[in-house]
Parts: sequence; structure tokens; C-alpha cells
Amino acid sequence: MRTLHKFHGGIHPLSNKSQSTQNRIAQPGLPSRLVIPFQQHAGEAAKPVVLEGDYVLKGQLIGMPEGFISSAIHAPTSGTIAALESQQIAHPSGLPDLCAILLPDGKDEWIKCEKTEYRSNTPEQLRQKLRMAGVVGQGGAAFPSDVKLKLGMHKVKTLILNGAECEPYITCDDILMRERAPEIVQGAEILSFILAAEKVLIGIEDNKPEAIAAMRIAVTDSGNAFEVVVIPTIYPGGGVKQLIKVLTDLEVPSGKLPAEIGIQCFNVATAFSAWRAITHGEPLLSRIVTVTGNVRRAQNFEALIGTPVNELIAQAGELPGSNGYIMGGPMMGMRLPSASVPLVKASNCIIVASEELFPPAPPTQPCIRCTRCTEVCPVNLQPQDLYWFAKAKEFGKAQTFSLFDCIECGACSYVCPSHIPLVQYYRFAKSEIRERTQEKHSADRARERHEFREYRIEREKQEKAEKLAAKERAALAAKESAAKSAEPIRQEVVLQKE
Amino acid sequence: MSAFFSPFISKPDTVERIMLKVLMALLPGIAMYVWNFGPAILVSITLASITALGTEAVMLRLRNRPIAPFLKDNSALLTAWLLALSIPPLAPWWLVVVGTAFSISVAKHLYGGLGNNLFNPAMVGFAVLIVSFPVQMTQWLTPHGLGQIDLSFAAQLKYMFFGVLPQHVTLDAITMATPLDTLKTHLHLDKHVNEILGMPIYGRLAGRGSELVSWGFLFGGLYLLASRIINWHIPVAYLCTLFVTAGIFHLADPDHYVAPLFHWFSGAAIIGAFFILTDPVSSPTTKNGRIIFAMMAGVITYLIRAFGSFPDGTAFATLLMNICVPLIVLYTQPKVFGKKTKVSSKKGD
Repeated sequence: MRTLHKFHGGIHPLSNKSQSTQNRIAQPGLPSRLVIPFQQHAGEAAKPVVLEGDYVLKGQLIGMPEGFISSAIHAPTSGTIAALESQQIAHPSGLPDLCAILLPDGKDEWIKCEKTEYRSNTPEQLRQKLRMAGVVGQGGAAFPSDVKLKLGMHKVKTLILNGAECEPYITCDDILMRERAPEIVQGAEILSFILAAEKVLIGIEDNKPEAIAAMRIAVTDSGNAFEVVVIPTIYPGGGVKQLIKVLTDLEVPSGKLPAEIGIQCFNVATAFSAWRAITHGEPLLSRIVTVTGNVRRAQNFEALIGTPVNELIAQAGELPGSNGYIMGGPMMGMRLPSASVPLVKASNCIIVASEELFPPAPPTQPCIRCTRCTEVCPVNLQPQDLYWFAKAKEFGKAQTFSLFDCIECGACSYVCPSHIPLVQYYRFAKSEIRERTQEKHSADRARERHEFREYRIEREKQEKAEKLAAKERAALAAKESAAKSAEPIRQEVVLQKE
Repeated sequence: MSAFFSPFISKPDTVERIMLKVLMALLPGIAMYVWNFGPAILVSITLASITALGTEAVMLRLRNRPIAPFLKDNSALLTAWLLALSIPPLAPWWLVVVGTAFSISVAKHLYGGLGNNLFNPAMVGFAVLIVSFPVQMTQWLTPHGLGQIDLSFAAQLKYMFFGVLPQHVTLDAITMATPLDTLKTHLHLDKHVNEILGMPIYGRLAGRGSELVSWGFLFGGLYLLASRIINWHIPVAYLCTLFVTAGIFHLADPDHYVAPLFHWFSGAAIIGAFFILTDPVSSPTTKNGRIIFAMMAGVITYLIRAFGSFPDGTAFATLLMNICVPLIVLYTQPKVFGKKTKVSSKKGD
């Protein structure tokens, strides 16, 4: 048995998970149209490589990764690219972004996929394949997986598979582990092979006994020495740094990446996609998404990327009285600007909200420094002080008190008896600081450029003067022999002019 | 769903519910008070409550803040109750009114209202009263069965509001100095602790009647701990420090320094430990800070009681330590996850 460790704080909100785990993963029919954003991942957006009117096959590349941190985008089914245009997407900014509109032809015809045995590839080849298959982290951040697998100067000893799924309502990882454990384990094998990891740990919270059992069987059957570790259910136990702490007692240093302490962490769904991409050559075209909340049949769908969210909600049977839609969980998710936005690679959950499920919070009151927030902060920050600094725009102090270590898990806001939207204050302070840093940076650069220009002008002037003086001296020396009377006076006049 | 940003769920706790629980936790102590000293205290509490709400409304109006939501938050009531409990129940009505009004207007609202006061408002009010009206602040009721006369409730009311006592009754016949005060006075007269504690006003551990009131507050305080309204750090650190400090002096010279348990159950030690020092707004927010804060308050309380000119020291210890809170908090920052060292004050501007 592995000794588990604790991180500071944490909360136990109602899990609300059982509603959506009653049924197996459902296959929704082909949607009427797909809206596929070119920016679904962290980093650079993919560059469109199709034109309006093009016919594409299922799995065909439509967006080429651009830059080091980027990922490919594919057509989730066969059909015609009706348009390449800006569409409303699920982004906190609410700004539209470039998307491909794909009208399915109903044939769902695959492009030819290249199946491989992963051992016959080099890690570098596998990384390239994952990049071109558009595999990104499916825990929420959508970070391109190939980048995390790049062997840099840090040797990754431990690979951690994150099956914690600590946020309420979300069950997509749970159901995936229940139903597709062998594939996840094979995916972990591939990831571990690329990293040449010595140890593989699979962390699952103890509120998912079926998933734990399925994963244990799959690990045993695979003959791997992977370790399925049951961890206590506590939010945010699925946060990368928190999970690493629980499993290994190591703290990822502030501002550093897990790889720097020899650990790399992937979501179980990412491992599944990696298996599919390598073994079957199938790019990431669909994902498991929980549709729950104010619906008749809360369940998980294996939905195509680009499916309009409202089509999924319709299949789950939206009940009357809904008053909003959340993408992600209730702790860290975002409120959708509309239910017509498309599903993206990071969308793990759609919650249909209602007055009953999400009663309005009582009005905000002043902070009484009760420190309930401090008690639950998983990073051991002083949220009440950070709130104070953010409100007073004392950004320097906020930074000194580790504002940027805040993971925005929302535990502080959850327990606040004054119902202060604390996380919003931290987001505001962070963006202000980033903006100011950027401004200062460009101002610094402008100043440096200006100073260098001044220096250069000064230097040129000096050089000119020196040359002239040298000339003068030469002339003087030449003339000295000839005429010895009024020369010095003339020289002075010349110098003054300069 | 009313929120636009996550998290979309929250605990249903509110400030008014927290304050209400603290008020409820005061009830056992108040019940013991009434049991031992009669219902006059209920009149002071009511008077203080009305004054507090009135002053709160006026101050909110002057500060252009919404009145109704703040009146409902129960924080003014809590200040009123704590202050009323620290004023002699037979005190004239205007003493309660002046003290409460000062607490709410100056100590609370001039500092910025709920959540912004540097000092515990009730203790500020107490300090103002004991410095300005020392005579009225020392007319404590004699517990039932001890005095020459038990004044009827009607007669008590008459005295509170009109300053008129029944014929042939002198003030001395119905009031007395507190057990702490009596001890101090008699020690100055070179009497020994044992001799003094043999006086009829003393009970098992401390003052007769008043020790039971302390038990009531202890009971309520334990409820606050159990319901996680307060943390253990302040009450435990405060009471332990008071106990140890008193214990050291008592062991060294038992004739002149009373036993530590006497200190616990006398004066405002228990209510201070659980209800006053624990005021979240004016106490440190860090765990270690709370321990330092409460330990120093414990030492100061003892020093004032044993060597100062005031009989009790809890109020002044609270106020003195309130001043130190920002400094204590700055130097007791916990280690942030993933950081090697604690926050340094060097970088702060």
C-alpha cells in the first residue's frame, strides 16, 4: 500500500455524480452541423488547410499545428466545409473565434488511418503522431500532449494518470474508466514508453469504486506494474499539483512544472486518446462529455468535437425551468454565452442550470476575516488578504502574497459566508498585473531603444569631433612649420562651431 | 443561476447566521446571570441592543450605505450584548446608551464599518466607560442570598432609569465590588489569599454566582468550538497562558497570588477567551498569529489583574493586542504550497 499524503484545505461539496452514471456511454446521432474552432488548445491556433466548399473525410486534417505549442484539428465526420468564419465559442472572453462549419453528409466516411505498433516507433515519432492527431489534455486545460512528452533536460521518472475527477457533477472520466479501462491502460503504456518512465501511478478518488475495480482488472490483465491508487475524495484533489502531493508527497515548486521534479501527469481521457491515435491512427475527433443538471436523462455522450451543445442537451431532454448552461464543473466551469456554442476538446461536462439546482447566492456582505477561506485553500494562501489587496489595487502586495500561486479552484468563494466572489477578484488582479507587466515591458523596451539612440547619436558626434580634431591637428602640424602666427585662434573657432 | 462566473455553488452560511450562533452561544451565560443576579441584565441587554441598532442605522445613513441589510447582519447586536454583559447591571441607563453608541459609531463605523474595525468595538466601549465613569462601572450587583436586601425587579428598574432607591436602602446594601476587585483591595490591606477567599462572596473556584456565569459562557464557548464558528487556537492559548502565568506566581507565593483556576472563572476570562478575543475582524488571521496574540493577551490580562490598577485586564489586553494584529499577521504567514520559505515582508511595498 502506498502511503498517501494530504494537501492543505479542500472542501466536500455535494458530488451530484450518480445522476449521470446510471447509463452507459451514449452515442448521439450525427448533428446537423459541426462548428470546429481552430483554437481548442493552449498555445497557437491551428492554421486552416481547407477552403470553403471543400469536401472532407472523417479524420482529415483541416487545421495544421503552427508553432511549438499547438495541435492539429480534424474533420470529425465526412461532409462539406460550408464556411470558415468567426463563431461564438465557449471562451470566458465571450469573443467569437475562427471556426470551420462542417455540414455532415451522413456517410461518416473515414480517411485512411495508419495503424501502428507503438514499440516500432521512436518516442520522437510517437510525439509527432500525437501532435498531428490533435491529442491534447482533456482534463480541462487542453494543453498539447506532445509538448508535455518532449524529453527536455528533466528526466521524468513517474507518470501519473489523473482519474481523480474531483469536481461535482462531472463523470466523463469515471464512465470512461468503467467502460474502457484496457484502452486507458494501453494509452498509459504508450505515454510511459515515450517518457521512459520508471513508474506509473493511476490516482482515482474513492467515490468511484466501479472505475477503480475496472482499472485494477485492466492493469492486472495488461501485465504492467502500474499502480492504481485510491485517493480520498476531496476537492480539488484532482488539481495536478494537489494530486502529485497526495500521491508522492512532493510539492511542485511555485511557478515550476511537474516535469521539473520528474513527474508528468495526464488525464485518463488523454491516455485513451493517445492509445486511439497511435494504435488505430485515429485523431482526436470525439470525447466523452457529461450532460447533466436540469435534464430528463443525465448521461455521458461520446460526442463529436464541434457538436453544438444544445443538440446534446436536447438528446438528454432539457427540462423546463432551466436558466443557464455551464461548461465544465460548477466550481471552475464557465457560464456559456449561449447553448449553441460547439463542444471542444476541453469540454468535459455540460450542466443545464436551474433556479432549484443553483439557487441564487445571498447578497455579498463585507469580509469579516473569518478565515474559512484560509482553512480551505489548497495552496495555503491567505485569500482574505489577497481579496483586500485586489480590491485596493495593491497589486505589488498581492504578488508578494503569492497571488500567482492561486489555482482559482473556487474553494474560498464556496465557503465564504459573505458570498464575496473572491476568485473573480483574483482573476481581475492577475490580468491587471499581466497587463501592467506587459506595458512596463514595452515601455522598458521603448526606453532602452531611446537610450541607445541617444547614446549612438552622442557616440557619432564624439567620433566626428575626434576625427575633426585629428584632422585639425594634422593640419596644424602641417601649417605650424609654414606659418606660426594666427592658427591657434582659428582652431578654437572651428572647435566651438562643432 | 445568478452568478456569471464560477464557482456556481456555495455553502448557505451567511454573516448573520454566524453572528446569530454567537448570540445564541451567549444565552447559557446570560441565563446563569439572571439566575444568580436577577433579570436586570436583560434590561441592559435590551437597552444596548436598541441603542446599537439605532446608532448603526444613523451611521449607515450618514455613510450612505444601505441600512436594512446591515441591520440584519446581527453584528451590532453582538457588540451590544458583549458590552451590556461587561457593564454592571444596575448601571444607570445612560451608561449603557453612551457606551454602546460609542462602540458602534466610533469603534465600528468611523473605522469603516463591519469588517474594518481595528479594535473590538465592545471593548472600546468598555474602556471608554471604565475610564470615564469609574464609580458607575463598579456598582456590581450582589448575587442572590448574599446581600442584606434583594431588590425587587421593579425597584431595580426604578434605580436604573431614575436613580431612585427604595427608602432605607443604600447602594452599598445591594452592590459590591467584583470578586477580583475585592481580592485586590484586600491583598493591598496585607491579607492572605486564603483569608480573603474565606469571605462569603467567594464560592468554589471564584466569586459566588459569577463563577457560575463563567461556566455558562464556557458552555456556550464550547458550542462555538464544536460548530466551528471559532478555532481552538485563541481560547486554548489564552486560557493556558493565563493558567500558567497565574500558576507560576501562585506556586512561588500562594499567600499573595491566587490560584490559576480563580483567574479562569473570575471576571471576563472565559467570555474573553471564547467571545471577545475571538472576534474575527480584530484578531489575527493566521494560526500561529492567533496563538501569539492570545498568549500575549493572557500575560497582559494577568499582569493587569495582579499588578495593575484595574481589577480585570481582559478588555485592555484585548485592545492592546488588537493593535499588534497587523504586525503579528505579517510575521506569521504560513508556507505557501510549493514555496520553500514563508512570505517575506521585504518585498512588500
